[in-house]
Amino acid sequence: MTILGQLALWLSFLLAGWGVIAGVLGGRRGTPAYVQSSRRATYGLAAALGVASFALMVALVRHDFNVAYVASYTARNLPTPYLISAFWGGQAGSLLFWAVILALFAAAAQWITPRRHAPLMPWVAAVTSGTTLFFVAVMLFAANPFARLPFTPLDGNGLNPQLQNPGMVVHPPMLYLGYISITIPFAFAVAALMSRRLDTGWLHAIRKWTLLSWTFLGIGITLGMWWAYVELGWGGYWAWDPVENASFLPWLTMTAFLHSVMIQEKRGMLKRWNVILVALSFFLSIFGTFITRSGVISSVHSFTQSSVGYWFAAFLILIVAGSAWLLTTRFDDLETEAHLESALSREASFFFNNLLLVGIAFSVLWGTLFPMVSELVRGTQVTVGPPFFNKVNIPIGLLLLGLTGIGPLIAWRHASARNLTRHFTVPVVVALGVVAVALLMGGREFYPIVTWALAGFVLSGIIQEFGRGVGARRRLHGEHPLAALAQLIGRNRRRYGGYIVHVGIVIYFVAFTGAAFKVEREASLMPGQSLELRSPFGHTYTFTHLGVSQFTQLNRFISAATLDVARDGQRVQVLTSEKRQHLDSFGRRQFEPTTEAAIRYTLAEDIYVVYAGSVEGTDQAVYKITINPLVTLLWFGGLVLLVGGIITMWPGAPRPPGPRGTSSAVRRTEPAQVGV
Amino acid sequence: MKRRAFLATALVAPVVMAARQASQDSSTIRALQAPDMVGRPRGHVTDYQNDPEIIAIERRLRCTCGCNLDIYVCRTTDFTCTFSPELHREVVGLHEQGMTVQGILDAFVAKYGETVLMAPAPEGFNWAGYLLPGTAIVLTGSVLSWTLMRRHRVASATPAPAPVDVLSPDERARLADELQRLEG
Repeated sequence: MTILGQLALWLSFLLAGWGVIAGVLGGRRGTPAYVQSSRRATYGLAAALGVASFALMVALVRHDFNVAYVASYTARNLPTPYLISAFWGGQAGSLLFWAVILALFAAAAQWITPRRHAPLMPWVAAVTSGTTLFFVAVMLFAANPFARLPFTPLDGNGLNPQLQNPGMVVHPPMLYLGYISITIPFAFAVAALMSRRLDTGWLHAIRKWTLLSWTFLGIGITLGMWWAYVELGWGGYWAWDPVENASFLPWLTMTAFLHSVMIQEKRGMLKRWNVILVALSFFLSIFGTFITRSGVISSVHSFTQSSVGYWFAAFLILIVAGSAWLLTTRFDDLETEAHLESALSREASFFFNNLLLVGIAFSVLWGTLFPMVSELVRGTQVTVGPPFFNKVNIPIGLLLLGLTGIGPLIAWRHASARNLTRHFTVPVVVALGVVAVALLMGGREFYPIVTWALAGFVLSGIIQEFGRGVGARRRLHGEHPLAALAQLIGRNRRRYGGYIVHVGIVIYFVAFTGAAFKVEREASLMPGQSLELRSPFGHTYTFTHLGVSQFTQLNRFISAATLDVARDGQRVQVLTSEKRQHLDSFGRRQFEPTTEAAIRYTLAEDIYVVYAGSVEGTDQAVYKITINPLVTLLWFGGLVLLVGGIITMWPGAPRPPGPRGTSSAVRRTEPAQVGV
Repeated sequence: MKRRAFLATALVAPVVMAARQASQDSSTIRALQAPDMVGRPRGHVTDYQNDPEIIAIERRLRCTCGCNLDIYVCRTTDFTCTFSPELHREVVGLHEQGMTVQGILDAFVAKYGETVLMAPAPEGFNWAGYLLPGTAIVLTGSVLSWTLMRRHRVASATPAPAPVDVLSPDERARLADELQRLEG
């Protein structure tokens, strides 16, 4: 099977190479044969990489330990879901995963893009094939997933226990889908620049793709936070680790693009900026992979250090050089069609929103690279950890939250005093009310209070917008409020889906403030002994240690410590945290023992219990107990974000055909509904 | 058994049994079946391990095991790490000597180098790390705001130009035809 996989990789290499050549020739000359051939090359590439992926999956599931990758990341007793997730758990497999998903996206782009964008498609095929070619070349020459060992071990090394978690089955694919799908908007941007078709056509072609990759990235990042929370046992979800930062960077620039693209659609402005943002997002997605795989920056998430870093560095240079050349040679074609007329306008608020989003991206990138910069300049390495990132980014993040509330309410072109009064009175009053209530209740923490006030400002503005829309529909059509709400969202999905996304973002911000009120305690408890903790919401929790039990389960030996939890004297739950010693199929120990946290989720506060070990090998257990306020809101915010993303992406119902063959192209040139 | 001995036993036995039961409930500690499967043996938790001042110091110092975590998070998360408990003891030792927070941080920097701090000390070139992003945003924002206000002033001062008919009569007729065709 691995021979088939190897052959499929070589075939992919040839097809990708041909896809680039045919795409460039088709794009330059417009020869139909080359155009068609470039399209077929993308379909063939998807099929060939599909075969290669199938071959690796079969090797993983069949425990073919003669394949180095299978021996390195699996073992005979590894549960099947993790055998499958081992596909993307290691360096070479994740490269194949990246390549096959990219090839599938590229084929889908060729398949579903309307014919009116046909002149762009050979260039799109060239860029997607070129990117796939890069990944296939890295596999063939630096990290081959089908490389064989000179012998066949009886069992494999097994998968890192921290990756043996349901979160790990879904988090990396989601993040990869986000990273990979950015290639499609980038390919369209390059196609538009190469063909000099720089009207809004290419923006319409990528609208769904940008939303798709942005949603995948957002969900991938949230799932990563959830995995870190439930699996790593530290009671947090974000540590500003370089790899976490690397996933955050393209999300920020994509968010900026999703806003600035509306200005280009509506006013013909920011054309150069939008091209830069798409190219920057693509660059950052590859840069994130470079950080993960090169070992240039130390991170807990990194793959084993290998030579693939040089390949990625070369590819990054190519992206920068190519994008810079395209932008400079097409600079005049990207002349703006209008200018900003007022600082009090939606365009201006989007300008500042872009400034802050790209500013945060720069700040995160700067912090991530600062240890290297410091070493270059001073010859001394420094550590840039959470205290640095929090200090620098929290104020910028709060300014951004404020703009999230201003953008949707302010008028296009120029907001009059009447417009400002009409739209901002209620949100400002709500924000001031939140501050007053927080201060009256004894709150003194600056950042949380400002965050809550801004959250109130944004949410009341959004509710006001929904309320006005529903009210207008009820007056016009006499609809039931719920029907009016459904119609309102359904008829302007982009705008109201965007508002729902904003609600999700506000929920995230409120959840982040919970970290300021966290309660943590370590305790060694004998069976029957209790510990009391008071939560920020005023509850008194009593934790009583019930004992430690030990048993074998699946591929691990478990030591489970159990706590009886009572809130204000009422028993609420029994929580069991585990120490897991993973074993191979011969019963030998693999890896160091890991910890499984026990979590009681409630909307207000989580109880997070970690069994830290036993006092001198007895059932007297050492616990770390954390009361984590508002963390559950994060997962709820992720869900709201997903719902909003789906609404904005949802395809519209086919409109009745226009009189006398009005083409869809004509209909689509209607001004886009904007408002996010 | 004599009646007196029987009565004495009957009275004392429940008390002794209850006491034994109580002591078993609260303090009987049994050895684990497989003590080597729960990781590194732990000692009793000391007051220092929960001392907010010690924790605040530990949060500013990086564990030297290479995990990228601060000492507090590492010692309460990575229970296989042997470095963080040792570093904790070092912090406690310096604290017990009466050293100030800054004194303890300085002692760690002197011993382990600047990388032991979780964030660069705000001095010298490190200011560039803290100030560059904010300064870049403020400068760009100021330039943007200034440009916008200037444009707004110019636009307000300039009277709106009279509408110019950019279509020739021929083009206007063609447009009217097209529109009529579209409308059926």
